[in-house]
Amino acid sequence: MLSRGADALYWMCRYAERAENVARFLDVSLQVMLDMPDSHDDPWEGVIAATGEEEYFTERYGAASRDAIVRFLTIDTESPYSIVSCVRQARDNARSIREAISSETWEQINKWYLLVRDAATVDALIDDPHDFLAAVKEASHLFVGITYLTMTHGEGWHFGRLGRVLERADQTSRIVDAKQQLLHAGPADISATLDEIHLSALLRSVSALEMYRKRYGRFEHVNVVEFLVLDKLFPRSIRYCLSKGQLSLQAITGTPVDASGTKPERLLGRLNAEYEYAIVSEILAQGLHDHLDGLQLKLNEVGYAIYETFFASRSDPAAELARVEAAQ
Amino acid sequence: MELSRYDTSAFFDEMFDPERRPRTGCELLARTLSSLPDEDLARRQRAAERSLLHAGITFNVYGHERGTEKILPFDLVPRVVPAREWATIERGLAQRTRALNLFIDDVYHARRIVAAGIIPGEIVESATSYLPGCRGLDPPQGVWCHITGTDLVRDGDGQYYVLEDNLRCPSGVSYVLHNRTVMKRTFPRVFQASRVRPVDAYPSELLRVLQNVRPRGIATPTVVVLTPGPYNSAYSEHSFLAQQMGVELVESRDLTVRDGFLWMRTTRGMARVDVIYRRMDDTFLDPTVFRRDSMLGIPGLMNVVRAGRVTLANAPGTGVADDKVVYAYVPAIIRYYLGETPILPNVPTYLCFDDKQREHVLSNLHKLVVKAANESGGYGMIIGPQASAAERAAFADHIRANPRNYIAQPLLALSQVPTLIGDFLEGRHVDLRPYILHGGDDIFVLPGGLTRVALKKGSYVVNSSQGGGSKDTWVLADDSSGHSNNSNHSSPSNNSNSSSQSNSSSPSNNSSPSNNSSPSNNSSPSNNSSPSNNSSPSNSSSPPNNSNSSSPSNNSNRSNSKEAQAC
Repeated sequence: MLSRGADALYWMCRYAERAENVARFLDVSLQVMLDMPDSHDDPWEGVIAATGEEEYFTERYGAASRDAIVRFLTIDTESPYSIVSCVRQARDNARSIREAISSETWEQINKWYLLVRDAATVDALIDDPHDFLAAVKEASHLFVGITYLTMTHGEGWHFGRLGRVLERADQTSRIVDAKQQLLHAGPADISATLDEIHLSALLRSVSALEMYRKRYGRFEHVNVVEFLVLDKLFPRSIRYCLSKGQLSLQAITGTPVDASGTKPERLLGRLNAEYEYAIVSEILAQGLHDHLDGLQLKLNEVGYAIYETFFASRSDPAAELARVEAAQ
Repeated sequence: MELSRYDTSAFFDEMFDPERRPRTGCELLARTLSSLPDEDLARRQRAAERSLLHAGITFNVYGHERGTEKILPFDLVPRVVPAREWATIERGLAQRTRALNLFIDDVYHARRIVAAGIIPGEIVESATSYLPGCRGLDPPQGVWCHITGTDLVRDGDGQYYVLEDNLRCPSGVSYVLHNRTVMKRTFPRVFQASRVRPVDAYPSELLRVLQNVRPRGIATPTVVVLTPGPYNSAYSEHSFLAQQMGVELVESRDLTVRDGFLWMRTTRGMARVDVIYRRMDDTFLDPTVFRRDSMLGIPGLMNVVRAGRVTLANAPGTGVADDKVVYAYVPAIIRYYLGETPILPNVPTYLCFDDKQREHVLSNLHKLVVKAANESGGYGMIIGPQASAAERAAFADHIRANPRNYIAQPLLALSQVPTLIGDFLEGRHVDLRPYILHGGDDIFVLPGGLTRVALKKGSYVVNSSQGGGSKDTWVLADDSSGHSNNSNHSSPSNNSNSSSQSNSSSPSNNSSPSNNSSPSNNSSPSNNSSPSNNSSPSNSSSPPNNSNSSSPSNNSNRSNSKEAQAC
């Protein structure tokens, strides 16, 4: 397929996934605030830290407050991290490759965009964003499902999934990182009730609460980390995302399972192997934050290798003209 | 819906005769409309518009605050064309297209028609759409104008006229297909009973034509659609047609000329391209041949075209045949190449380069429409009866300064179709753009077309940029359907073969619609905000973005492509 088309499919899915994660993260943060004692200081600082956009936020809004954060993450069209911006970018990418995706896929992302665009004009949303966030998550699920069911699972679809799972791995790592102090700390530092609230919020933010319960039962810090980082089957765990990403890369290149393939395959394969055989206690010993930081860097290397290998082949028009004229 | 107040007295009405009896094929439609509660029609109208919005059937509007895309306003009352009328239109369009194609080929080769004294050589050469760089070009199958959109209008007596031919890259066909989808949902029963001819075959027919004109020696050609990009006003049509044909939609940055062939950049390296359905203006195609400043072009493309290694549809240079002065010669062109009488008449046209005709135009400006030969979209024209004396005087100076560039026509009383305005149906003026495909071995006329409607009361301007909308066009499979029991000859608005060019004919009182296609017309992508400008992540503190300005793939060099013409 066209390099540009593959590029746009990859980013269409990354932005769609990002929009969903922002919605999840904000929704659960708002809910958990309702259970927090008033004395607890600056709960909103942690929320904005998890987005990785602290500096930009402070520049635009100053101090963190509930309303500012809600606006920043939902309808602020200037903020690249807001839901409305993510959905718009997903849709812009989709629009540039409408011929490469199914009509149903296009129509869903277009409706999703119209939904957030229209919502962005309603200020009441800031007071009560719950319905909006639920609608965003639902639209994202519909988008993923429609893509899955209406597109051939060929090269284009795999580029899309690759973008989606790499984004999700990155987002899950940020959400876990935001709570990493809590996950390191024991109940001694913090009241047991509050601890319970935080852990269940963390799990809920990635729709993992019920699945965690089935797997481990009671809340244990180490188990929560293991589930979100290393679980083999939970679709939002980092390991799951990496393994699906590797499968998609192999499907794209046609590399046999026992061969090492292109640069992105080597990088992602190595990362995937690391997580397949990782031991949670070692991760915690290393320090969860350092570990996740390292993961994000490696994910970026994978992203760059994907770009170099598959997408980057455009020439600059002036250079192209000079080349052809020299040849003539 | 109360129809008794609907006025059919002033203009030719497509649905009712002057006694307000439904015309052929409109009986059931009229009965259904009159039986529907007012709010029901409005509700269906809103549902239709919503489904177009969701499907993203939009055109780009510039300088528009909230989102830059708008749907083309859609009116749910269809325009009905009886089978008998359509048969004439179809033959007339096929005839016209065949003759124009021969004309273009001749103009870029031996110019027999000039030697025969049918059209002056300087008229051909002075057309700005004439491209000397295309001389001697031999497109496969001898086809130049693969896709044509011809604008038809109807006068007060119901006579169809050709208002103009669009042979470069006419747009709007995607609206024909989408409007139909919406109409089937809006009036399923009436639709079925009316036995409307389907339009769904268009993408298949288009693909067949494109494959048929592949370069020699290629068994299964790679066909692509070439678009200026997502910010082009007709982009949604470009992507829709590519999607419906199942071919790649490419931008020029995806293409490159190497070793005498044209290639596109894919995830697995370079792949050959054989046929391009290009939706980009001629002069932007290749900066080494046409405009050097075109950043949208593919350097070296024309050499590959000349070598017969890639086919462009339409071929470059076809615009010479839709110059408005050349238009006046089309009846003669048909007679010359085909030895036939033109089936569809032209609107009578005065040529200002002719001294006698110019004098007539200058002394009758208050009655005439004057248009610049190479302009479109309502630009460079004056509607005499609606202009002030000062405006007419200023325009007269333009005509005297450059007579070659102007033609004049009488004002036609355009036909009207009932149109939902608020809660009521009122007559609004329409034109009709059918689409014609020329594949070499045969000519296909899509049974239907884009009916554009001037939504403003009394307006004759159907352009989307000036308050125009569109309607579905129902071409009937046979004229005995769609009515209950009365005979099917209520409307004898048959267009005979008379193509009288006698300059004094039709009475004037209206304007002619300006053209420049509704859905499209505009400039081009300002690429630097292009969605696919994707870079890859640089570091960890914030999530990667593809709009990163430090992106290695950033195409900021393209920013001066603004003026590129859309198709």
